[in-house]
Amino acid sequence: MAAEAVVRRGSAGRRLAGLFQGRPRLQVGTLLAGPVGWLVIGYLGSLAVLLITAFWSVDALSGEVVQGFSLDNFETLVQEPVYRDVVGRTVGVAAAVTITDALLAFPIAFYMAKVASRRTTAILVVAILLPLWSSYLVKVLAWRTMLSNEGIVNWALEPFGLHGPGYGIVAVWLVMSYLWLPYMILPIYAGLERIPNSLISASEDLGAHPFTTFRRVILPLSFPAVVAGSIFTFSLTLGDYITPRLVSNDQFIGNVIFNNITNNQPFAAALAVVPIVVMIAYLLVARKLGAFEHV
Amino acid sequence: MRRDSHSARTAWLVIAGLLAFMLVLAGCGSDDDGDSGSGSEALQKLGKGEGEVDLISWAGYVEPEWSKPFEQKTGCKVNGKVAGTSDEMVQLMRSGEYDGVSASGNASARLVDGGDVDPVNVDLVPNYKTIFSDLKDQPYNTFDGQPYGIPHGRGANLLMWNGDDVKPSPASWDVMLDPKLAAKYKGRISVYDDPIYIADAAVYLKAHQPELGIESPYELNEEQFDAAVDLLKEQRPNVGEYWSEAAKQISAFANGDVNLGTTWQYQYFALQEEGEPVAASPASQGFLPKEGATGWSDTWMISSEAKHPNCMYMWMDWIVEPKVNAEVAEYFGEAPAQSLACDQTADKNFCEKYHAENPAFWERVYYWETPLADCGNGEEDCKDYNEWVQAWTTIKG
Repeated sequence: MAAEAVVRRGSAGRRLAGLFQGRPRLQVGTLLAGPVGWLVIGYLGSLAVLLITAFWSVDALSGEVVQGFSLDNFETLVQEPVYRDVVGRTVGVAAAVTITDALLAFPIAFYMAKVASRRTTAILVVAILLPLWSSYLVKVLAWRTMLSNEGIVNWALEPFGLHGPGYGIVAVWLVMSYLWLPYMILPIYAGLERIPNSLISASEDLGAHPFTTFRRVILPLSFPAVVAGSIFTFSLTLGDYITPRLVSNDQFIGNVIFNNITNNQPFAAALAVVPIVVMIAYLLVARKLGAFEHV
Repeated sequence: MRRDSHSARTAWLVIAGLLAFMLVLAGCGSDDDGDSGSGSEALQKLGKGEGEVDLISWAGYVEPEWSKPFEQKTGCKVNGKVAGTSDEMVQLMRSGEYDGVSASGNASARLVDGGDVDPVNVDLVPNYKTIFSDLKDQPYNTFDGQPYGIPHGRGANLLMWNGDDVKPSPASWDVMLDPKLAAKYKGRISVYDDPIYIADAAVYLKAHQPELGIESPYELNEEQFDAAVDLLKEQRPNVGEYWSEAAKQISAFANGDVNLGTTWQYQYFALQEEGEPVAASPASQGFLPKEGATGWSDTWMISSEAKHPNCMYMWMDWIVEPKVNAEVAEYFGEAPAQSLACDQTADKNFCEKYHAENPAFWERVYYWETPLADCGNGEEDCKDYNEWVQAWTTIKG
């Protein structure tokens, strides 16, 4: 009798629970409906709208967007040499920043993962994360001041008869390398941390030179982590347009998109397809190199 | 670890689903032609303030000196946002998040065409009556005979230089635009980063190459346009920095990165206040290099989606109130729009200095306009703004 009353009191909840019982697919489906819906509609959906817009055009007289299929935007993109230059410049700097960050990050990450004490590692992790607490814009503007003609860089180099890079493509490379370094260090650190120390000891016991150990054991095992980090540095550089605007006169893909966004959204959308294509190619190569094997 | 065939099938299903979704969207897209162009009615009666107002303006147009008293008087809290270019203003207005904008002539027509702004009922703006008559009924603020805004003030773009480095004082734009003369300041020239700067080259060519037959620097046929674009491509290697935020140019001048360039009064005054040795075309030259200059005549416009229309009307009346308009004009360094403002300026000669009451002066100032294919003289072969934007990308390389 008492048990029956309990069942009756919670009957609505019970019925709901009963609905899910023994139906694992429904359970998972309900659980994931929100996030997956957000991903598909909010994220992939807007990407799809962007891709469709790239095929539209703008009416020359009224300035209104004309819906309809046309490849004109892509034709302009391929035929005008200026856009090739811009794409080449952007991808070039993204690659340079990625390589620079990988070279800087690896020794730091290795020290943190394999050499330093627990305490030092913790301090270093905080030190690496700390710059991420301050605004991106503040950091770029600080670099702008440092690199200016009367800035601290020129002041420090003056006694040696040298002159800083000033504003330009070198400045963009420098600032971006600084900005995205933490995004490279952290994945490499995580990757190195996972290599058991016993493997390194085994290599040593078998008489391998430390350099050989590095080349044959550590590097192959940590390379996927480097590639994973490079996805961050590469894609972040590819999409940035504020740094180039503040420390150079050079146009990046993002700047040209920004210039076109008010008057010619279809063309801006076509331009936005370029980094997407570059990134897909990059991810395919990264997959080949095994960046996703350990995720 | 290869992905198994099951997850490959799932991936294909997701892609197929996305494609279907895209098709549905494309289908929907063609039905809704948007609400653009549907000119809505101007406000008929002023109600109570809504407690706040969201404004987009040029740097120096919404400052606490006159926005605080406005807040006290009307109870409308002012949320100002500064835009660096007309394109940014149009972009921000299209978001529908703002009540009004101080639009220049190269934004106003686009805003009206796009249905982003409403006509203004000038009867609700008592101070409108005494605005200079040569600012009323202009092609950049009145469309189809209906006023679309309240004139704010006007001025010319300046040629500014660092008095310590640039000698003798230039009296012509040739110091920036003649490739031979500009080479002297290679890497030290500061240029406004906006397609509308092509008009500055056209003003220069109008004076120096009369055979091109340029009349308005905003109505350029192919030959005239190409000449202006080529001139700017030659200028490119000499440019130290392109600026579109006033603050960026101020820091570049203050840090000695540039020492010569186009500017607004706002930056000129700010740099003077910092004690920088900057100079601009003196009053004796009428503030203009000999070719004349591009300039602006700005209009406060009200958004068609304004959430605080009453506060916006109060703001539009406030900004041309004689005392306030005088304050605004002196702060920024431009000619006031309000004729009665000339009695209220701190500097009694201000209006004379800025030629506020001298229509002849303004004939040498080419107010920003939106370039259209229609040349205004019956020809239809002028370069429209889209082509200006494309060309600007090519100039910067």
